[in-house]
Parts: sequence; structure tokens; C-alpha cells
Amino acid sequence: MEQLLENPHVPPLILTAVIILVFPLIAGYIVLAERKVLADLQVRLGPMRVGPYGVLQPLADALKLMLKEDVIPSKSDKWIFWLAPVLSTFTALSAFAVLPLSDRFFVADVNIGILFILAMSSIGALGLILGGWSANSKYSLMGSLRAAAQMVSYEVPLGFATVTAIMCAGTLSMQGVIASQLERGVWGAFDNYGLMLIPTVLFIIAGTAETNRAPFDLPEAESELVAGFHTEYSGFRWALFFLAEYAAIVVISALCVTLFFGGWLRPFPNVAALEMPLNTLFPVALFALIALGCSKGIFRQALVGFRLVMAALTGLFLLVAAAFALPVANELMIGLFWFAFKLAAMVYLFIWYRGTFPRFRYDQLMDVGWKWLIPISMFGLILNGIVQLLARG
Amino acid sequence: MSLDTVLFYVLAALVLGSAIMTITRRNVVHAAVWLISALVGVAGLFLSRGAEFLAGVQVIVYIGGIMVLFLFVIMLVPVHDESTQRRFSNQKWPATLAAVALFLWVAFIAVNGVGMLDHPGMAEPLGPGSLSENSEAVGLVLFSQYLLPFELASILLLVAIIGAIVMSKTRNRETES
Repeated sequence: MEQLLENPHVPPLILTAVIILVFPLIAGYIVLAERKVLADLQVRLGPMRVGPYGVLQPLADALKLMLKEDVIPSKSDKWIFWLAPVLSTFTALSAFAVLPLSDRFFVADVNIGILFILAMSSIGALGLILGGWSANSKYSLMGSLRAAAQMVSYEVPLGFATVTAIMCAGTLSMQGVIASQLERGVWGAFDNYGLMLIPTVLFIIAGTAETNRAPFDLPEAESELVAGFHTEYSGFRWALFFLAEYAAIVVISALCVTLFFGGWLRPFPNVAALEMPLNTLFPVALFALIALGCSKGIFRQALVGFRLVMAALTGLFLLVAAAFALPVANELMIGLFWFAFKLAAMVYLFIWYRGTFPRFRYDQLMDVGWKWLIPISMFGLILNGIVQLLARG
Repeated sequence: MSLDTVLFYVLAALVLGSAIMTITRRNVVHAAVWLISALVGVAGLFLSRGAEFLAGVQVIVYIGGIMVLFLFVIMLVPVHDESTQRRFSNQKWPATLAAVALFLWVAFIAVNGVGMLDHPGMAEPLGPGSLSENSEAVGLVLFSQYLLPFELASILLLVAIIGAIVMSKTRNRETES
């Protein structure tokens, strides 16, 4: 066993298996979080029936999707209809290979990590395009044409923002980017006297467009195109498209967190006095508060089963809080905690957008992309380059 | 046989097989998908030779950019009319001749030019878990030794972009009037 773990190929393989097995569950809970947050923004309750406060809703959804009849339109191009969702899911999950989840949890630290993520996201776009075309339906085709145009347009500002961050960090390796932020003692977003905020904001906007999220969700605009590129998909294939979409959101958020917000570093990593409060007190207090919230639910639920679920959740979060109080477990988990915390904040931002901004019209989408984002991102690149050259010599 | 050799033959088979499928498919979208598969194989070949930067750029530029635009155009063409007609059939023999000539030419260079492209500092195969400086090396060579060709290529692309904009603008004016 010891020997097996020392082989350089084995720990990444284990982590890969864990990511592939656990991610569908995480995606399910992101969907639940999205429905709950959107409901809250619109003064509704959201899913409340399955489990106490709807906490078991993702499991019910997954079961439903797997049991649903898989309809393939008779005039569709079956081979490509089959290929498209697989392509999307495969590429989106592949990108997880280079994400630096923490200082010790990562599958691979390659020198083209950022290029690899961009490459995978651009192949993923093909899944949308081919899926929409193969269904042999006008709505799907419109959706995939829009997807193609949108992804090609917004890849450019996304690329420029990424290039600016790479220039600031001086490396294409994801762990290297984080190491350079630790060395310079400032998050990528605030480097170069705050000028890096330009690419940060552009990255978030272009990233939203690249993942086809509201207000840039024209490829699946339900009020115009029924459901856009996945109109004809049902059951498990549809679930694969959604898995791919949420995987893409997590990957883009993770890239943003890594490039601009310090990855798995805690805030102010160079201030030693904040080590204890931020690395121990903060996670312990956070999980203890969640446990407290869950414990209130035990008495508010009417059904015995629901009370048991809430009690189990309380116990679980108390256990996590206790784990963060232990120095050994804390040291192992703290990088992962900060990465997940920042990632969750980014995902929340994406959901918040969806509940706040109305969808762009198609010509506005192209205007924003080509006439505003691309020139501003080029300007930001040149400005940051000049400032960096002057400041660092 | 080492893992590298096995990988080379697997990728070579993927590239060649996909390329043959690309030119024999009647359905243009299927041909495009096979072309994508061939391009992925080429990226894999770059990767197995330690040219990771080229591999990344190959995927981003060819698949993410060019093939997406190809598909964009192809999807606007009604596939079923095109796929039933046999086109360009009278050029079969000249095409075969040209292909054989090209193959012989490339084979001649490949046989006679062994070691011609060896470059000091060329990427060496690396062990698992190590990082190479491939991207940095490409960047340095591109902006010092090959600066002039690089800038010329940039100007060529700029001209192409301006040309495309001008052409699409004039056609708009004609349809409007």
C-alpha cells in the first residue's frame, strides 16, 4: 500500500476518480443552491418538498433524469446526436485535471495548465454546436448558431484577460500563478497598483458569456428558442449537457479564483498575525454557524424522517467544524477550504447575475463583445504591460 | 517497445484514419468531425514530443477557432442536397498524381534530412511530474530569432481581417440598395 502511494501516477489517478464520482453530486447541489438563491431573490421558497427544506431535491432530480425515456428524433443525425453531450461533458471534466484545488490536492501541474483549460473549453463549444445541428430542428439550429458566434466572440476578451494575468504572474502553470501571488504578496486582481482590476472584471464578464449563463444565455434563451441547442434532448443526454454546463461554470470560476484571487491561499497570506483567526477560527465558526442553523430545523420540521435528516446534517457540520479545530486535519484541509470558499463566492456571483440582469438582445451581445470588451481588454493588456515594465524594471 | 513508441503509433493511426474518414465522408458535418479528430491527434503527437505549447495552441486555434467557424458555415448549408451529388469527379487522376508526388517529395525530405531540424535546446522527453520550459523557449525564439517572420505573419493576418470587413460591408450595401 505504502509503495503504491509512492508511485507518482497513483495519487493523481485516485483524485481523478474522486472528482469524476463526486462532481455530479456537487453539480446537483449547485443546481439546488441556484434554485434556492433565485427563489430568495424573487421572494419565493424554491424546492421544499423532497427532504427538509428540499435538501434531497438533487437526488430526486438525478433519479428522475436517469429513469426518463431517452427520445432521439427520427430525422436526427444519430451518431452526432450521441456524440455531442459526451463531447461537452468529457472536455468540461478533463479541465479539472489542471485545477489547483490546494497545495497538495491537484491531479497535474503542467506548464500549459491555463492553455489546457482554454483548449478544453473551446472543444466543449463544439458539443453545443454539433448537438444543436444534429437534432434537425430549427430552434436547436438557431441556438447552436448563436452559441458558435458567441463563443468565438467572447473567447477573445477572455483570452486577453488571461494573457494579462499570465504576464503579471510570469508562468502558465496554475500552481506557479498562485506561487507568484504569494511571492508578490498581493492578489492578482489588485496587482500593478490596482490596474489588474480591468482584466479581472473583463474575465468575469467574458467568462459568464463563455459558459452561456444569463445575461448571455442566448443559445438557450427559453423565451425565444424553447430551450435552444438542447431542445430535442431528454433524459440522461440532457443531464450530461447540464453536467457539462455546471462543470464549465466551476472551471471558469476556478480559473478566475486562481488567476486573480489567490487560489488556495488565505486572504493576506503574508500577514502572519492573521494565520490563526483566518485559518482556524474562520472555518470553525463558519461550519459551527451552519450547524446551528441546521439544529433549528430539527424542531421546526413536522415529520420524524425530516427531523432525522436535519439532525444528521447538524452532526455532519459539527464534525467538519471539529476537524478544522484539529491542527493535523486543518493543515491538510485549509487550502481546499479557501479554494472552495472562493469558488463558492464566484458561483454565487454567477447565480446573482442570473437573478438580476435581463438577457441581452443578440445585436447588443455582439456590440458588447466586439466594440467594448475586446478594445478594453487590449488596452488593459498594454497598460498593464507598460506599468509592469516600469515598476519592476 | 517503449510507451512513447506505442503512443506514437496509436496517435499516428488516429490521425491517418481520421484524415481518410474526412475525405471519404459525403456528409460535410461528419467530415468536419473527423477533421477535428485528426487535429486532436496531431495535438497529441506534439504533446508526446514534448512540445506542449504547440499542442495547446493547436487545439485552441484549429479546433476552437477554425473548426468552429467551419461548422458555423457548414450548418447554414442544406446538407442533404450536397451529399447526394458527386462533385469534382473528373479530377480524380490529377488529384491522385498530385498526392503521390507530394508524398514522394515529403518522403525524400524525411529520409535525407534526418537531424536537419535538430536545434540546440530542443525539447527532451520528460519524466512524469516534471515541468518543462517549452512555452518560454518558444516565446524567446519567436521574439528574437524569428521576429521578422512573426511580424510579417501578423501584418498578413491584419490585412486579411480588414479585407474580410471591407468585403462584408460592400455586400451589405448592394443588398440594401
